[in-house]
Order: sequence, then structure tokens, then C-alpha cells
Amino acid sequence: MVLIQVFLVFAIIAALVAVEAPSALSSIISLGAVGFGLSIAFLWLGAPDIAITQVVVEIVTLVILIRATIARGVTEIRGNESKTLLIGSLILFGLGSAFFANYLSDFPEFGKSAMETFSNPASQFYLKFGLDKAGGPNIVNDILLDFRAFDTLGEATVLFAAILGAITLLNRKVFVDSGEEKQ
Amino acid sequence: MLTYLLAFILFAVGLYSVINKRNLIKIIMGVIIMEHAVNAFLILVGYRMSGEAPIVEEGVSISEFLSTAVDPLPQALVITSIVISLGVVALMVGLAIRLYQHYGTFDITEIRKLRG
Amino acid sequence: MTGMSSIVKTVTRWVSPFIFAFGIYIALTGHLTPGGGFPGGVIIAGCFILLTLAYGKETTFGLFNLESSAVTDSLAALAFLCMGFLGYVFGGGFFNNFIQSGFPGTSFRLLSGGNMPIINLAIGLKVGASLFAVFAYLALFRAIEED
Repeated sequence: MVLIQVFLVFAIIAALVAVEAPSALSSIISLGAVGFGLSIAFLWLGAPDIAITQVVVEIVTLVILIRATIARGVTEIRGNESKTLLIGSLILFGLGSAFFANYLSDFPEFGKSAMETFSNPASQFYLKFGLDKAGGPNIVNDILLDFRAFDTLGEATVLFAAILGAITLLNRKVFVDSGEEKQ
Repeated sequence: MLTYLLAFILFAVGLYSVINKRNLIKIIMGVIIMEHAVNAFLILVGYRMSGEAPIVEEGVSISEFLSTAVDPLPQALVITSIVISLGVVALMVGLAIRLYQHYGTFDITEIRKLRG
Repeated sequence: MTGMSSIVKTVTRWVSPFIFAFGIYIALTGHLTPGGGFPGGVIIAGCFILLTLAYGKETTFGLFNLESSAVTDSLAALAFLCMGFLGYVFGGGFFNNFIQSGFPGTSFRLLSGGNMPIINLAIGLKVGASLFAVFAYLALFRAIEED
């Protein structure tokens, strides 16, 4: 439990460095440190599927971000902030903390999962019948591909739409044909 | 409780970056940090003290497995959310690159000035 | 645009087939071990991203160009949807695991889990092809900009 908190604190420090560092390269690499630290925390939290996914997704995110900044000669990404925005974000932080403290008692205590605190949870059904009904020992994949496969179909649709949007934005031909870009 | 608070602080760092920074790349980073924080929070809610991964091993009885496995449902939801976040990051980077090509800067205040 | 130094190229030539095989393995055995279609697909995309970074985009597009990535993406999504409709026809419900309920395989083997390995492989190919397409468009965009 202390180990998990240590990795979360590491992620917070890395996130602060990523937000505040003036150089683009160190900022992006610190962002990678956030993801890798969290992935080790996921491993200790009993979620090896999430840990694997987090590591590989983090690597591809870093490559895309570096391609977007360093490769076009942007090495300094110093973002000066104004006073009013700082005050506004402090007020937002205070409001968020108040909400968090108000509803903290409704969360299950750490170390007691949600399926133990609430009566008749869905997770118990998945754990009990996953091996017999779906046939796979990995219960996470049973939920993903058998019990809640319709969710996965919707997720694939969302991913398809996001990728289509990115490709349309990066495809120069579309903008040239519509006459939006005159150079 | 302290562990939930740490996830909340990570979310607050990302929110600070989104609100306060003027650089588009920093804003994208803030969104990525917020996604990480939400994923970590969902996994933390499903954790059970000294729990094992929800994978049945050969020869382990179901009742023994039920008393040790962590909650698999948040993990199944988070594993899709991570990959969607990668697609959304690609979309945001595409938008940022388009704006950079058009205005020659990543600064959002400059982009506002050049409008019209 | 001929890529990186010969050291990087040689290491990439030796390593990239294993990365591709590892991605297929992660996607195919997702119902037995940690993994699944989503990380497997990202690993497959990472293999082609490594090839693009090391060899330049012309060599990589000879292996796997934008048209084939679009076709793979669409076909994998169609296969995923077809498994759902086949479950509706044979099993009585959308995405019913009709292979497992009809021909139950031995547990803890690769050929268990019914249609889960098939859907996992389809998701892996879909995610890999679409992520590679985004990276290829990023690379092409930069090349156009430099002209």
C-alpha cells in the first residue's frame, strides 16, 4: 500500500515537472515518466492488463508528441500565464477540493473494493461464471469480449471516429480542394 | 483515503495546466495527465487489500479465487478508455499542427489576436 | 529521407519481426494471459512506427501503405461486427459466444473461449492499422511542409 502511494507521488512530481519545464523535450519525457510510474502502480494494484496497455500507449503517445513539436523546430514551449487565470484556477481547485472532501465518505475505504461494499454487485457474477460461460481464464477479457462486447463495439466506433478526424485534419488534399488553404 | 487524495491531486495538476497555460502542447499534456488521473482513480476504487489479478489459475477453486481477486469491471472499462485517449491525443495533435501551420505559433493568445 | 544510421537500421531489421510476432501473440492469447486486442494492436502499430523512423517512409510504405492500412482497418471492424451478427443468428443474442456454448473447448488452451480469440485478433488488427495510418499521415504532412 505504501508502495502504491510512493508511485502515485512520483507520478505527481513528474506531472509538475512536465507542466512547468520550459524545454519541450524534457517536458514530454516527464509526461512519459507519469505514465510509466502509473503503470508500475497498476501492476501492484492487480491489473497487469492495464499495465501492459499503459506502457505501449505511453510510448506511441511520446512518439506522436515529439513528432508534433521537436520535428518542426519547436524546442521551447514556455507558456506564460496571467494573474487572473491563476486566481481563477485556485478558486476552481478550492471548489473541487470542497466537493471531494464532501463526497469522500461515500467512497469505499481504500483496500475494500466496490464489489465488497455494495450488495449484489455485477463483478461477483463475472468472477463466478466467467470461466464457465465465456471460457477464458482472464476475467477482464471475458467482460470485454463476451459479457459486455457491445461496449467494445461502441468503443471501436469512437476510436474509428477519432482516427478519421485526425486523418482528415492532417490530409492536405481535403483542404486544398475546398479552397480553404491558399498558398 | 490518502491514496484517493493523491489521484485527486494528479487530476488538479492536469486541470491547472489546461486552464493556466497558453501553449497548445502544454494544454494537450494537461488533458493527458487528467486522463491518467481518472484511470488511476477507477483502478484504485476496484482494489482490494492484498488482492490478486483477476486471472483464474489452473487448479484453483472458484471460492478461493472469489476471495482474492480484485474487481475486474473497472479494469475492463479502463482498458478501452486508455486506447480511446490515444486516438483523442492524435486528434488534438492534428488540430494543433493545423493551427501551427496556419498561424506559425502554438500560443493561444497569439492565435486569438490573428483571428479575422 | 533515407532514415537513420546503419546501426539503427540493422538493429531494426533484426528486432522488428519479433515485435510484430509479440503483438500478434499478445492479441491472440488475450483470453489466457494478460493482454488482449488493444495492447496487441498498439504493439503492432509500434513495430511499423519503428520501421518508419529507422528506414524512412518510402521503404515502409512498400510493405504496408495507406490504402492497405485503410482496407485492414475497415475489414477488421467488419469482422468484429460479423461475429456479433453470427452470435445473433446462431446463439440467439447479439455477441452471444456461440462457439463456446456450441462446442465448448478445454479451458486453459488456446482453442478455448469460443469466439474471443477471433474478436481479439480483429480488434488488434484494427487498432494497429488505424494507429499506423495516423502516424503515416503525420510523417507525410511534415514531408509536404518541407517542400
